Amino acid sequence: MKRFSLSRYLSIVRKEIIQIKRDRPSLGIALIMPIMLLFLFGYAVNTDVDHIRTAVWDQSKSQQSRELISSFVHTEYFDAAVYAESYHELEAMIDNGTVDAAIIIPPDYAHRLDNHEQADVQLFINGSDPNIARTASANAMLTLQNKAIRMQETRMEKEGMGKLEQPIELQSRVLFNPNMESIVFNIPGLIGLIMQNVTMILTAFSLVREKERGTMEQLIVTPIRPLELMLGKITPYVFIGFISFTIVLTLGIFWFGVPLKGSFLLLLTLSILFLISTLTLGIFFSTIAKTQLQAMQLAFAFILPSVLLSGFMFPRDTMPVVIQWIGGLVPLTYFLEILRGIFLKGVDATALWQDITGMVVFFSLILTVAILRFRKKME
Amino acid sequence: MSMAIQCENLTKRFGPRVAVNNLSIEIPKGSIYGFLGPNGSGKSTTIRMLCGLLVPTSGTGTVLGFDVMTQSEEIKQRIGYMSQKFSLYEDLTVEENLDFYAGIYGIDGPHRKKRKEELIAMAGLTGRETQLAGSLSGGWKQRLALSCALLHEPELLILDEPTAGVDPVSRRIFWDVIHDLAKKGITILVTTHYMDEAQTCDWIGFIFFGNLLAQGTPQDLIRQLEVQNLEDVFVTLVQQEEQRLAAIQPGTKGAAQ
Repeated sequence: MKRFSLSRYLSIVRKEIIQIKRDRPSLGIALIMPIMLLFLFGYAVNTDVDHIRTAVWDQSKSQQSRELISSFVHTEYFDAAVYAESYHELEAMIDNGTVDAAIIIPPDYAHRLDNHEQADVQLFINGSDPNIARTASANAMLTLQNKAIRMQETRMEKEGMGKLEQPIELQSRVLFNPNMESIVFNIPGLIGLIMQNVTMILTAFSLVREKERGTMEQLIVTPIRPLELMLGKITPYVFIGFISFTIVLTLGIFWFGVPLKGSFLLLLTLSILFLISTLTLGIFFSTIAKTQLQAMQLAFAFILPSVLLSGFMFPRDTMPVVIQWIGGLVPLTYFLEILRGIFLKGVDATALWQDITGMVVFFSLILTVAILRFRKKME
Repeated sequence: MSMAIQCENLTKRFGPRVAVNNLSIEIPKGSIYGFLGPNGSGKSTTIRMLCGLLVPTSGTGTVLGFDVMTQSEEIKQRIGYMSQKFSLYEDLTVEENLDFYAGIYGIDGPHRKKRKEELIAMAGLTGRETQLAGSLSGGWKQRLALSCALLHEPELLILDEPTAGVDPVSRRIFWDVIHDLAKKGITILVTTHYMDEAQTCDWIGFIFFGNLLAQGTPQDLIRQLEVQNLEDVFVTLVQQEEQRLAAIQPGTKGAAQ
């Protein structure tokens, strides 16, 4: 009587499968929405700053000034988008967002260079997005320095002093993502984020729907146990989520060209653990909410913290410890480490044991809380 | 005579509101007990406490010998329950609903097949096995719900307004089934607003504002109150109670209209 009954569990599974099959639109959403979201965000979430729209006010109008502009453009960080003729014009363009940077070359630029005097070039940057501002100023600085060194070199060669030797040079090597493309970093995270939110909503509705339709009343006068009911409801969605995950993963690898360094199989295995956790989280919301609308609101309220605290947007290491703990309440936090670890670093399960344990603990906790919250009673 | 349901001073409060007040009833095994009373008088609350859906605030009760406070799961295994509202899955067919509840009650193999056949025949649902439950008319729905409640051969059947909104022919068929079940020894607790239905019950309990006002066989009640029929019993009891309440708290009107 108190034991887990396989017959009751399987009855729930069978019933859910029939209901899912009859509810084609919902099934369609579960399978197609992740793909659509991946395409949408895969292109939108791009933290690479390049081709900054730049206004140029070239007062020198000389060969030297044109060379300077083209060396800026060559970096691909700057696009000489517009030419301006006054400070007033430049400021107006930065104000209304036409450009994010402006280069001002003074009238005496060529003249001063010819006379071996120091020439000044001015750069305006829209600092409201610090990310753009940092990239723009760092690259402008680098471009100018390189240019200055080259000029110095030619000058010294002309004077017969030989090649300029730099005393120190940095030899850096970027591991895992050598081109530092943000897409390689973002797509795996995006896959996790999308799968968490889509699957969570699937089960968030399931118990509440039964409450709303009145079928719950009949169900709770039977000997069904909460664990049987919840696992039975989750099981079919694990399969749907798994199919969806596999599709999205394949798209990430082949369409977005994110190389998978580690084991595909390990990633799929751990994705099942992740899906079970997010689906149970949805069930937990279902035990709190009284209507489908409330369930939806709870699920949405969860999305923002999972974007901001899981490490999807910002690195967790720099967050205050308390915030890091709160981030531990989001299953995506663990799965992000797993996804990025396997995708980018190609690590195996031993390197991920902390996150795997974290996810198992999270799943067990949330399932326990959901079972305790679910009373076979009416309110 | 052994009792299927026995409760003493059963009370349920929702906040300050008393839904059921010191209710004591005894229902002998194998009898049909009709529970009467105006809407909102506490009938459904009482039934839900007996089914283990609600925890009583105070009082004691046993259903089939099990304590309603502590043994609600044992009770659930042995009773059949049908709520006021149709509460089966409308997007499942007749047979799928039966299969689902058979699985929930652990009925498998040839026994399941046999029970399903018996119940489909009993409910007159032959030929409608593959029809979606949601597309059945009111009377069929009620009989399907009854079939699901009977799958596990419960000793006690609890029906909350099973025939509300059902046409007279379906009502008659439904009650024929109820009487057949009682003859087989199943105890039945049923609430209703139809006096012709109440007339055929072995026992009647009359509840108003959470209080049990009268209890007995239909004939006894008619005789005691010196009226013509059960409908008069109903009206007389409501009026008496309202007068009594008005005498205690002048200006207070009952809500039985």
